[in-house]
Amino acid sequence: MKKILIATTALMGLTAVPALSETIGISIPAATHGWAGALNFHAERTVERLSEANPDLEFVLTTTSDPGQQVSDLEDMVATRGIDALVVLPFESEPLTGPIQRIADSGVWVTVVDRGLAQEGIENLYVAGDNDSFGRTAGQYFADTLDEGAKVVVMRGIASTVDNERVAGFEAALEGSGVEVVAMDHGNWNRDTAFNLMQDWLSRFPEIDAVWAADDDMAVGALAAIDQAGRTEEMFVVGGAGMKEMVDRIRNSDPTVPVNVTYPPSMISTAIEMTALGLTSGAPMSGEFIIASELITPENAEDFYFEDSPY
Amino acid sequence: MSMATTAPTRRPRVNLAVIAPIVALIVLILIGMALNPNFLSYANITNVLARSAFIGIIAIGMTFVITAGGLDLSVGSMAAFVAGLMILVMNMLTESMGGGLPVILIGIALALFTGLAAGFVNGILITRAGIEAFILTLGTMGIYRSLVTWLADGGTLSLGYEMRELYRPVYYDGILGISWPIIVFAVLAILGEIVMRHTAFGRHCAAIGSNEKVARYSSVAVLRVRLMTYVLLGTLVGIAVVMYVPRLGSASATTGLLWELEAIAAVIIGGTLLKGGFGRVWGTVVGVLILSLIGNLLNLTDFVSPYLNGAIQGVVIILAVVLQRNTGAAR
Repeated sequence: MKKILIATTALMGLTAVPALSETIGISIPAATHGWAGALNFHAERTVERLSEANPDLEFVLTTTSDPGQQVSDLEDMVATRGIDALVVLPFESEPLTGPIQRIADSGVWVTVVDRGLAQEGIENLYVAGDNDSFGRTAGQYFADTLDEGAKVVVMRGIASTVDNERVAGFEAALEGSGVEVVAMDHGNWNRDTAFNLMQDWLSRFPEIDAVWAADDDMAVGALAAIDQAGRTEEMFVVGGAGMKEMVDRIRNSDPTVPVNVTYPPSMISTAIEMTALGLTSGAPMSGEFIIASELITPENAEDFYFEDSPY
Repeated sequence: MSMATTAPTRRPRVNLAVIAPIVALIVLILIGMALNPNFLSYANITNVLARSAFIGIIAIGMTFVITAGGLDLSVGSMAAFVAGLMILVMNMLTESMGGGLPVILIGIALALFTGLAAGFVNGILITRAGIEAFILTLGTMGIYRSLVTWLADGGTLSLGYEMRELYRPVYYDGILGISWPIIVFAVLAILGEIVMRHTAFGRHCAAIGSNEKVARYSSVAVLRVRLMTYVLLGTLVGIAVVMYVPRLGSASATTGLLWELEAIAAVIIGGTLLKGGFGRVWGTVVGVLILSLIGNLLNLTDFVSPYLNGAIQGVVIILAVVLQRNTGAAR
């Protein structure tokens, strides 16, 4: 490995055009749930593709399971790898704002993905999904399809800004529709928690017309509980983020799972590709790039089904 | 309250300690009945008992480990790893063997064996290499958790549809309206209680936990008994997984998260001493039911903000233990 490295450096020294090698550091949360797993999958694939297409680009990919470790990772990247650009999905906004600002001040290009920093204007490029539209799109569907007085239960994710924005969007879309949210609790984006929660709600409410599970992992748990109670005919379940099992059910026109809302984990690819393009081509890339949440319906489900994705 | 009754007789104090967890359980049930008429419905009771089974089965094994003065933090991750491996192998076998009952039986055998082996690894390293149980199982906890994440490629391992349908009845069906997880949990609890009370193994666990040196001088095979407690726990983790996988047919990095702490909490609420030397399996069963019921009650009402669920659980755990320590500290 080292030999090859030395050889390439020597070769590069010989070539007439001084092709400077650029290093991109990527720091994302570890694969602790399905969506983050897919994030890792897409990040690795993009790095692989770009490394092949672009021998001058080097990548440092780290995954972290808590904000403290992410700060250390970032420091290591700057100190030992001398990165030219950073693509980071901050684990939490507040604790990472300072460290990322220092990196940006040192002249490194910073792309922030999905979770915004606590202060504006630090990053060069911001790539994110739209949490408000994620909730609003689902809420709009509920408002459009359900009758006035319909009863809905809502499973929230892990208590966080992301979750709050989604729920706010959902509630805003329901406003004035007469649809009643009878219960709302945290399923923590976890199948088992969602299963237990749904079981208990089914015991508690004789009438439920729809479930907003806000994430497909929770939708899987909720569906199993509804199935067990034999109340599948009574309600529909809308998850989110486009897990392939759910998309599969939608394209088969399953009445229990009529639609889904996207929140593509492949946005990390968008961020890495745009950063790499900015570094290598000089095309202007600064600004914000917001990926809208789309409604997956039986008609367009085929476009959202990715066979080899783990999610 | 106990000041007035510091009478020479110790009997009533011990009795209070014995019934404390049961009192807590009854109070919870009464609260449940008052809050929601559906609380005592067949469906709700079945749900609560069946979902308690996983932690319950593991907690039975944990009772023996803790009684013998040990601890195992790895069981939650171990369960996730065993579940992941089981699903992976069953999916592979479905492709090569075409599915059917043999695949399920092999899957079950694999889960039991992997659990046993994992427990053996924990036990042998603790007893022969002399590593502190806390540190060693903290290490294996991380290892199993990473392994399942790696097996699942960061995502979720799901059992093939056909197998899931075939295996499903193991969680959802049963005899006379009592589902299998409840039956297995009940049978194991009764067996566990008998082993703890009426066999040499159970008494040896208590002897080692209360004083290892004395136990050794009394010719108790300390290392072997200790090892056996971990092997037993590992096997019970395997059984819990056999019951868990048919429920949702999937395993991921979040499977079994914090199960180890819930199991330990249940054991302690049930009256087993954390420092070892005394354990009771029926108490553990009550402890598991208390923990499940709290979650159930909070879901059945809007009484408390969902943000405070953890706080309520914490308060009940502490109260249940304080009640026992104050009344039966003599143990």
